[in-house]
Amino acid sequence: MSFAREASRAVRSTLVLWVLTAIIYPFVMIGIGQLVFPFQANGSIITNTQGQPVGSALIGQPFTSDRYFNSRPSTTSYSTADPKKDESKVLQTGVSGASNLAPSNPALIDRIKGKADPDPEKAIEGDIPRLQKADVKPTADLVYTSGSSLDPHITPEGARAQISRVAKARGLQPNQLEDLIKQNTDGRSLGIFGEPGVNALKLNLALDALKPT
Amino acid sequence: MLQGWIQIVLTLLILVAITPFFGRYMARVFQEQRTILDPILNPVERFLYSLVGVRAKEDMTGWQYARAILYCNVVMGVLIFSIIMFQQFLPLNPTGIPAPTWDTALHTTISFITNTNQQHYSGETYLSYASQMWGLGYHMFTSAATGLAVGIAFIRGLTGRPLGNFYVDLIRAITRVLLPISIVGAIVLIAAGVPETLAGPAIVPTLEDPAISQAIARGPVAHFEIIKNLGENGGGFFAINSAHPFENPNGLTNLITLVSILSIPTSLIYTYGIFANNIKQAWLVYSIPFVILVGFIIITAIGEYNGNPAVNALLGVDQAPNLEGKEVRFGWAQSALFAVITTASMCGAVNSLHDSFMPNGGFSTLSNLFLQIVFGGQGTGTAYLFAYLILAVFITGLMVGRTPEFLGRKIEKREVVLASFLILLVHPIAILIPGAIALAFPDQLAGISNPGFHGLSQVIYEYASAAANNGSGFEGLGDSQPSPIAIAGGATTSATALWWNLSTCFSLLAGRYVPIAALLLLADSMARKQPVPATTGTLRTDTGLFTGVTIGVILILGALEFFPVLALGPIAEAFQIARGIG
Repeated sequence: MSFAREASRAVRSTLVLWVLTAIIYPFVMIGIGQLVFPFQANGSIITNTQGQPVGSALIGQPFTSDRYFNSRPSTTSYSTADPKKDESKVLQTGVSGASNLAPSNPALIDRIKGKADPDPEKAIEGDIPRLQKADVKPTADLVYTSGSSLDPHITPEGARAQISRVAKARGLQPNQLEDLIKQNTDGRSLGIFGEPGVNALKLNLALDALKPT
Repeated sequence: MLQGWIQIVLTLLILVAITPFFGRYMARVFQEQRTILDPILNPVERFLYSLVGVRAKEDMTGWQYARAILYCNVVMGVLIFSIIMFQQFLPLNPTGIPAPTWDTALHTTISFITNTNQQHYSGETYLSYASQMWGLGYHMFTSAATGLAVGIAFIRGLTGRPLGNFYVDLIRAITRVLLPISIVGAIVLIAAGVPETLAGPAIVPTLEDPAISQAIARGPVAHFEIIKNLGENGGGFFAINSAHPFENPNGLTNLITLVSILSIPTSLIYTYGIFANNIKQAWLVYSIPFVILVGFIIITAIGEYNGNPAVNALLGVDQAPNLEGKEVRFGWAQSALFAVITTASMCGAVNSLHDSFMPNGGFSTLSNLFLQIVFGGQGTGTAYLFAYLILAVFITGLMVGRTPEFLGRKIEKREVVLASFLILLVHPIAILIPGAIALAFPDQLAGISNPGFHGLSQVIYEYASAAANNGSGFEGLGDSQPSPIAIAGGATTSATALWWNLSTCFSLLAGRYVPIAALLLLADSMARKQPVPATTGTLRTDTGLFTGVTIGVILILGALEFFPVLALGPIAEAFQIARGIG
C-alpha cells in the first residue's frame, strides 16, 4: 500500500472519530445532563433561603471555629481564598490537591504532632495539639489531610468527638446535636459500598438553621 | 473491619460475574456475528468505513497492522498537541487559561496517545474545557480502542486466524464497545452527582467567614469520567482525579468506576476462550492474574487498615486507618482496593494518593506495574499474559524434553525471541535506565519530595507507570511545570519538570509501540504456522499444573528483574517504619 494512501486513511480516521467521540458524544451528554439532571450536572449547588448559592452538597468547606463542626485539614483550604488578596489565583479556576507525604516522612509526624521552634515562622502547631486545645479527642480523619483537599465528610466518630465543644459554644443540648449528625450522615451506597460520612457543610447549615449565632 | 472485606469480596464477585457476558459480547463483535445493536450500528459503520476508506474484509499482516497504528497515532498526536497549544484561541475556556509550556503539552500528548495519562498537569489550572473534551477526551477513546484492537488481533493470530484490519477493529471497538457503554455510564454518573456543564467555576462565600470565597471547579466531567475508566486511561478531569468529589462522589460511583476499569481486561480473556473454542483454558488463564490480584489486595488493605504506627501512637490507639490522602467516603477498604485495581489494570486513575500509602501499598502497586499482566492494559495486558504462556510452554517443554507446542502450533526460535524480548528486555530498559540517571542527579533531575527509601520508590514508580502505560504516580515528585496561569504571573519553569516531561516520553513510547509491534509480529508468525495434531506426547496447556507453572514463570521472570528495587524501596521503608521514624 502506498504511503499516500496510508497517510490519507490515518488522517480521515482521525477526523471521523474526532467528530464522533469529541464533538457529538460530549455535546449530547451535556444536553442530556442539563435537561434531565440540571441540579447534579451543574455541581449540586445548594442555596440558602434567599436563593443565594452557599456551596456544593458534594464539596467540603473550611470550618475551624468552635461554633461549627470542624472539617478535615486540607492542603488547599478547600479551594478558598480572600478575593482581595488572591495572589495564586485560586478563585480564577478552583484547585484540588493532596499532601503526598509518605508515611515515613518526618514532616508528616511534625504536622500531626506539632514542632516547637524559636522562630515562630517555623513552629508548627500540630493537628493533635490543636484538637486537644479545643477539647476534641483526635480521630484519624481529623488529623490526616484528605485526598482531594475538598472532602465533604468527617467520620461519625469525628463528628461526635466535637459535640461537647459545639454544644458549649452554641448553648445547645448534646442530644440535639446527636440528632443533627444522624440527619446529615450519608450512609454507604446500597447499604454496602463505601464508608458512612457526616457532610460537614450540610451539618453546619442545619446547625445555623437550628440556632443562628 | 469485616464491612470493608465484604465490600472488597462483593466487588470482585461482580467482576467475575460479568466476565462471561461481556467476553461473549466482545467475541461476537470482533467475529462480526450478529449483536443486539446491529440495526442501528450496521449503517453507521458502513458510513464510517466509507469516510475512512476501508473495506471490512481487507486483512492486514502483522507489519501492516503495526504501521497503520503508527500512522494513525502520529496524526492523532499532532491534532491533540495543536489543540492544547492553541487553547487560548479556542472557545470553551471559561477560566482564561493560556497555553501550558511546550514540554507539558508534549508529555501530555504522548501520555494520552499511549493510553497512559500521566498527569504532569492539573486539569483545573492547565487545560481549558476544549482541551479536555476535544483533546484528552478524544484520545481516551482512540488509545483504548487501539489497545483493544491489538488485543483482538493478537487473539486472532494466536488462534490461527488472519489478524484483521486495524481501521475496522478501531472503529468497531469504539462504536460497539466503548461508546455505547460510555453513554449509559455517563448518564448514571450524572444522576449520581458528577457534573456535566460548560459553566465555569462557581464562586460562593464560605459559611464560616463570608469574607473568604470558595471556587468550586466544575465542567463537562461525567462523559469524560466514564471513558477515563472504561478505556483504562486514568487521566482525571481534575488534578486529584477520582479522589475529587465531582469525579467520584460516593460508594456507588466508586463501584461503577472499579467495575468499568477491570471489565475489559478481564472479559477479554473469556473472549480468547471463545476464539480458541476452549473456555476451560480461558478460566485457567483468568485464574493466574486473579490470584495475584487478590494477594496484592490483601497485602495493601491490611497495611491501610492497620495504619501508620507512628501516628497511631500519637492518637493513643493500637489501630487507626491511614487516612492521609484518603477520602472519608472511601475509607481504607475502597481506597486499597482501588489502588491495586488501578495499577493492575493500567488505568491509573486514583481515589486516594499512592504516595501516602503504607509500604504494603507501595509494594503492591509497584509490583503490578512491573508484572503488567495482573489483567493488565486494555488489550495489551491479555496479550502479555499469553506471551508469558508461550514462555512457560517453552520452559516446560525444555524441562520434560517435549517439543513446545501451544494451541497446536510449534513454538520455535522466532516466537521465543519475540516473547522474551517483549517481557524480559523492553520493560526493564524503559524503567531502570532512566531511573538510574535521575537518581544519579537527585537535586538537578529527580525532584524527590519524600526523603529516604521512599524517594527511590517515587522515581522508579514514575518510570514504571510510564513504561507500563499506567499513569498513576507518587505525585509528590517534582514532575510538573508551574501552571500556565502562574507562569503568566511570573513563575519560573522548573528544570526537574523538564527532565521528567522529556525522559518519561522515552519510557511511554518504548513501553507502548515496541511491545505492540512485537505482539503483532508474534501473532502473525503464530497464524502462519501449520497446525500439528495433538497426540499423547503433546503438553496440555489447559491443566491446573501448567497454570501453576505459568504463575511460577511469571513471578520468577517478571518479579526477579525488579526485586532489588522493591527491596530498596517499599520493603526497606517498611523496616524503617517498624523501627520508628526519625
